[in-house]
Amino acid sequence: MRTNKNRDISYTLLLLGLLVLLVVILSLSSSFFFSWKNGRNVLNQSAIYLLLSIGMTFMISAGQIDLSVGSILGFTGMTMGLLIQGGTGTAAAVAIGLLTAFAIGLVNGLLVSYGRINSFIVTLSTMTILRGIILIKTNAKSIFGFGDAFTFIGSGSVGPVNLPIVISILAAAAGAVILHRTRFGSYCLFIGSNEMALNRSGVSVRKYKTLIFALCGLCAGAAGMIVTSRINSAEPLAGQGYEMDAIAITILGGTDLKGGKGSVIGTVIACFILNVMKNGLTLLSISSHYQEILTGVILLIAVSVSESGQRKKREV
Amino acid sequence: MESKTVPFLTAEHINKKFGSITALEDVSLSVCQGEILAIAGDNGAGKTTLIKIMSGVIRPDSGTIVIGGKEYRELTPAKAIKAGISTVYQDLALGNTMDVTSNIFLGNERTSAGFLKKREMDEAAEKLIEGLDIHIADVTVPVGRLSGGQRQGVAVARLISRSGKLLIFDEPTAAMGLNESRSVLKLIRRLAGEGYGVIMISHNLPQILQVADRVCIMRQGRVIRELETSDITLEELEDLISGNTETGSQVNHENE
Repeated sequence: MRTNKNRDISYTLLLLGLLVLLVVILSLSSSFFFSWKNGRNVLNQSAIYLLLSIGMTFMISAGQIDLSVGSILGFTGMTMGLLIQGGTGTAAAVAIGLLTAFAIGLVNGLLVSYGRINSFIVTLSTMTILRGIILIKTNAKSIFGFGDAFTFIGSGSVGPVNLPIVISILAAAAGAVILHRTRFGSYCLFIGSNEMALNRSGVSVRKYKTLIFALCGLCAGAAGMIVTSRINSAEPLAGQGYEMDAIAITILGGTDLKGGKGSVIGTVIACFILNVMKNGLTLLSISSHYQEILTGVILLIAVSVSESGQRKKREV
Repeated sequence: MESKTVPFLTAEHINKKFGSITALEDVSLSVCQGEILAIAGDNGAGKTTLIKIMSGVIRPDSGTIVIGGKEYRELTPAKAIKAGISTVYQDLALGNTMDVTSNIFLGNERTSAGFLKKREMDEAAEKLIEGLDIHIADVTVPVGRLSGGQRQGVAVARLISRSGKLLIFDEPTAAMGLNESRSVLKLIRRLAGEGYGVIMISHNLPQILQVADRVCIMRQGRVIRELETSDITLEELEDLISGNTETGSQVNHENE
């Protein structure tokens, strides 16, 4: 009998193999690809998607979806930007921005858990409401110029490694431990596997579901902080469409769209696969429109593979 | 453990309707620790609804549940478990994508500073499964890959791991083979011998007569009779449940 662990390891190795293959192909295709500068660029870009995808891994593992992460990213950036411009200290602005993101996730979670509204509908609404507020508050214009302390978050480095990479790797490590080694992670997976079983075991499904949304909001907020800080500007359309990338990465990483199964390590590798691919296509001067198509195709393939795996399991 | 004559759980005048359908009507029963009470009845008699109410999963429209001398008007699964009620549901309430250990210790995990003690729980799960005479080679396999009997074994192991005072089994041997059924029935007797109260729902009437001390017969949401199993034959029990035969009607009249 094959264990969960064995199957997960096989899939993770497959993803890793795919990533290595991609790096080899792109290194042979472009002389710029395999360089420290480009590597840092890929890692920097991956950091943002990784933070979003870690939250999404918890979300999809619990059988839920959050379409508002891109808007939360933009909203957090705007909040921090407006606060700093209004004279609030950097640390306070960052703390308020992250708390706002957490609170938005919490509201999403309360509406889903206690309001019993489908997560797709709730987060779709939040996505459009937040984007509307951003456009109104910024008058659809960028807010920029936040000072060195804030830009350090997105552009500073710890030794040779950029700070966003350090933040996202630490977040991924914490995410992996929480999902696979704690009671919270176990309940998150159980909500996706059989919510009723958890409820009948005396566990407050509503409480844990709400916390999962809040955690996802916080991850999106952290991504918003990095994006805004890195470009030293809060863009009104920042994060738009990022939710689809986060979903694609999470599912490609081996998290089951139906819930009950999730892998943070898989998400990390899938995030690198997607970003290496996008970077490679840019270096090969292929239009960004094709990158959109590619993201869609990857999502389709990942879901097909996941569905086929589920069918095989049912046939056993 | 408490006396076999003092009820540990008492359900009093329980009524429950689902829309216009009456699921339970003025149902009262009690069970003591160390006693096995079987609930028998045809499909739709209200047996599962009754045990869901006693487990806090469904709230009754009226009536009260008294557990260990404390009255519960709004019983929840968490309160029921805390009060000592552990239930194996007919649908087993298992997470198919989760491993055997996670399912057994659901809601009752062993942790240290918030972190799961995985190895310790795996070892304990292996021991629990072994004690049930159910063969599961690896407790890290997802429950969805197990046979019906193995899955039922996992649900029973969960119940034992909770160390409640009253154990409720809804069709405990439904998906089990002969040997597994024997083990579970032996286990039920053993647990009652150790002082646990047991309520079991079963369609298997010979098993009821073999294991239970008392049988409560339900029909169309009502308790129509409560008997010592030593006072009834299999045929009489069948007749009471179906309510269509001469014997069944006769006993009904006696009851009235």
